[in-house]
Amino acid sequence: MTLAAATDLAAATNENLANLSNTLIYSAMAVYTLAFFAYISEWIFGSRSKTGRTAAALTAKAGGGAKAPEVTAKNAGGTAVLERPKVVVRAAAGARDVPDGPGAHGGDEQGDLYGRIAISLTVLAFLIEFGGVLTRALSVRRAPWGNMYEFNITFSTVAVGVYLVLLALRKNVRWLGLFLITTVLLDLGIAVTVLYTASDQLVPALHSYWLYIHVSTAILCGAVFYLAAVSTILYLFKDSYENKLASGGKPGSFATSFLERLPSSASLDKFSYRVNAAVFPLWTFTIIAGAIWAGDAWGRYWGWDPKETWAFITWVAYACYLHARATAGWKGRKAAYLALIAFACWLFNYYGVNIFVGGMHSYAGV
Amino acid sequence: MSATPNTASGTAAERSDDQDLGAAGSQLSTAPQEDAPNLPTMGVIGWARWFWRQLTSMRVALLLLLLLSLGAIPGSLIPQSGTDETKVAAFQQKHSFLGPVYDKLGLFHVYSSVWFSAIYILLFVSLIGCIVPRSWQFVGQLRGRPPGAPRRLTRLPAYTTWRTEAEPGQVREAALALLNKRRFRAHVAGDAVAAEKGYLREFGNLAFHIALVVMLVAFAWGQLFKSEGNKLIVEGDGFSNTLTQYDDFKSGTLFSQDDLDPFSFTLDDFTGTYETSGPNKGTPRRYQATVDYSIGAYGKDQKTTVKVNEPLRVGDSKVYLTAHGYAPVITVRDGKGDVVFHDAVPLLPLDSNVTSTGAIKVMDGYRDAKGQKDQLGFQAAFLPTYGGGTSVVSQFPALTNPVLNLEAYHGDLGVNAGIPQSVYQLNKTNMKGFKDSKGQQLRKNLRPGETMDLPNGAGSVTFDKGIKEWANFQVTRQPGAGWALGGAVVAIFGLAASLFIQRRRVWVRAVEGADGVTVVEMAGLGRSESAKVPQELGDLAGILYDQAPGAPAPEDASDDTPTPTPDTPDSEVVTAEGAETK
Repeated sequence: MTLAAATDLAAATNENLANLSNTLIYSAMAVYTLAFFAYISEWIFGSRSKTGRTAAALTAKAGGGAKAPEVTAKNAGGTAVLERPKVVVRAAAGARDVPDGPGAHGGDEQGDLYGRIAISLTVLAFLIEFGGVLTRALSVRRAPWGNMYEFNITFSTVAVGVYLVLLALRKNVRWLGLFLITTVLLDLGIAVTVLYTASDQLVPALHSYWLYIHVSTAILCGAVFYLAAVSTILYLFKDSYENKLASGGKPGSFATSFLERLPSSASLDKFSYRVNAAVFPLWTFTIIAGAIWAGDAWGRYWGWDPKETWAFITWVAYACYLHARATAGWKGRKAAYLALIAFACWLFNYYGVNIFVGGMHSYAGV
Repeated sequence: MSATPNTASGTAAERSDDQDLGAAGSQLSTAPQEDAPNLPTMGVIGWARWFWRQLTSMRVALLLLLLLSLGAIPGSLIPQSGTDETKVAAFQQKHSFLGPVYDKLGLFHVYSSVWFSAIYILLFVSLIGCIVPRSWQFVGQLRGRPPGAPRRLTRLPAYTTWRTEAEPGQVREAALALLNKRRFRAHVAGDAVAAEKGYLREFGNLAFHIALVVMLVAFAWGQLFKSEGNKLIVEGDGFSNTLTQYDDFKSGTLFSQDDLDPFSFTLDDFTGTYETSGPNKGTPRRYQATVDYSIGAYGKDQKTTVKVNEPLRVGDSKVYLTAHGYAPVITVRDGKGDVVFHDAVPLLPLDSNVTSTGAIKVMDGYRDAKGQKDQLGFQAAFLPTYGGGTSVVSQFPALTNPVLNLEAYHGDLGVNAGIPQSVYQLNKTNMKGFKDSKGQQLRKNLRPGETMDLPNGAGSVTFDKGIKEWANFQVTRQPGAGWALGGAVVAIFGLAASLFIQRRRVWVRAVEGADGVTVVEMAGLGRSESAKVPQELGDLAGILYDQAPGAPAPEDASDDTPTPTPDTPDSEVVTAEGAETK
């Protein structure tokens, strides 16, 4: 046993790095808070501008219906050989042709400035938080996914990372900022107050390279599902707003100011679908990787452990959502509700099962 | 979107759209047509057909999927007999009303209950009823050709057109070559080229669903033929894989003894290491068992280690390390000083610091001081790390300060009654405690090497040095696991293909206009609205445009610079092009 004790000492927690990690996480929270206020300012200043594109599109066209496409025949007369023919795109029959809102800043210059500050702060906070996760990992020389605290800090880092990557790819996602940062703060708050566990080694059951594969994909899936869920909720609001406008109703001024600046319901719906669909195969992989690991660790690849069961329920719920979108009578709002239920299942699988149900997935520090 | 009110003109336009696209948009997927639920014609066959159609409809499949996820919930919240029998018993004891109700509903074994089985069997029947016709349809699509161009290409989601001096035939040929090069399946149909790409989407979709069926069958197969047994082995002892050697054994309904893989192994050494400091002191860090194993009756001995995540694989069987504990070596002598018992006695751990209890039973060979036959029993409590004083729980899981507490009894162990009893518990009903000098129950804390004398020359019991450890091994055999894994891999790739690949059609029509100039029209159609379809169409149009460059606008369109004389600009264009290609 003395030899074993010596190896333990060698792999002992590096206290300094662990403390550094805690400091970084708190600093990230502070910067996220600043970013949060900047996003709020963006929304507030943005409310000064009254664009009302959605309202204009839906009320003016009330009698127009599907208009004939403008077929612009490109005549490359004379020397204009290099000009390419222009592709005319036509919305699918029945779809509402509503333009996307201008974003939180609503076209207001000062709002836009605050929005840019907010994104810069988000980038800064992301880097600090990433440093926090990294030092935590270094302090224990393993993947930082051994308990719920580590899971939470990684989760929010990944969610913000995905958001920043989408921004960098010039996708129309800037409107997500406020909602994302609000919940990131919530997530980190829970992590440092309720879930905090001093950094430590893993129990033998977690000593497997599958930890890297299974848990990292689970975190990534959760983060991406989360972005889609935010978009789905906003879709439901925006859709009822558009419905109200289209049927001649007059939404309240707050709803108008707020929802006008979001992308159109069709864009929101499309965004959440794409994101969910893109990550669904990865979620499938997560479950299968977990099953392979379970086969090595527990002697069976599937044993209806609560965590397994809820991963399965989540999978089926997302499968329902994907099918619903292709089924008559389920498209649109009903499918959106299914997507939210599916994400609720994912959340329950994480918090609910760990805290209330237990099972074989419970390890050190909840 | 159904909530959007459409004006009369709008719906009319859509209707004409659908008619226009009818043939062109058909079979872009093999998804079944959703027909309104109409009442069936009478008769058994009518009803059966109606039922079958309902079952295989998307709507019912969706409902079954929802039911499946709902049905799985109670199994995660109510204790299940498959995972924890004792919890189920505790639940039933606690809830006198709910217990029997749950039992009736099969809620203690949800995943093998009638209703849960009914849901997934119906779901899979529905799935198969959907896959088979779709596969046939897909084969038909692969053998057929992409449908011809619709009459009015302008109606399609992405459209472009231009006029060119090239001959219609030339344009079509160029388009055909281009589309083939882009790996479209293309052919000339009438005055247009029809092309289609992205068949892998449907292929992936079908592969995914077939893989699900394979996984289900493999799982069911595994459940029927599986076997799972436990064996506790003390360091130095061995095990051979036969039914009689197991401490407990569970198997599927179709399992037969011959299914057991022939192998044997000996436990050489077990090592456990633990966190020695900090808030998580005592948390296990590493468990490892060194074993010698051999395959078959006369196999060669091989050495290997079994760890928590690294089972030993022999044939279809896997040997897992599931638990461990201590087995103090005990020597019992009778009144004459003859050794009547000498063995390592495995004790059961009670907590994470391996406070252990058990029993030492000396069944025969012992004679008391008077030479009478008697049986001895010792109630044992073992602390690998004794905290001193009156503490009765271990302070640390490793052997830092081991102490064995023994209570001595004699009499009838009750082992001859034929009733099975636990080896870890002493049945004291017919046993009498040895008394110490004060008339109290004889009980003593022993350190390794120490001996407790039994009163009145009844013998002695020694806690030998060299405490052994034991490890519990679970040997499982789950046939079909390979098939399940194969199905899972196919499912992931199929799913990715069906979600990420776009299936789309492109048509290129080239006809001679009224003024003798060729009019090229291109249009694209995807299964779902995607920004990629117009993008790709733009790309294709750009390339084709280079090969069939634009011609001047017809004379009546006078928005351009001074109308050129009919010939010069054309020849200019041609020479310019020619110069470029050189």
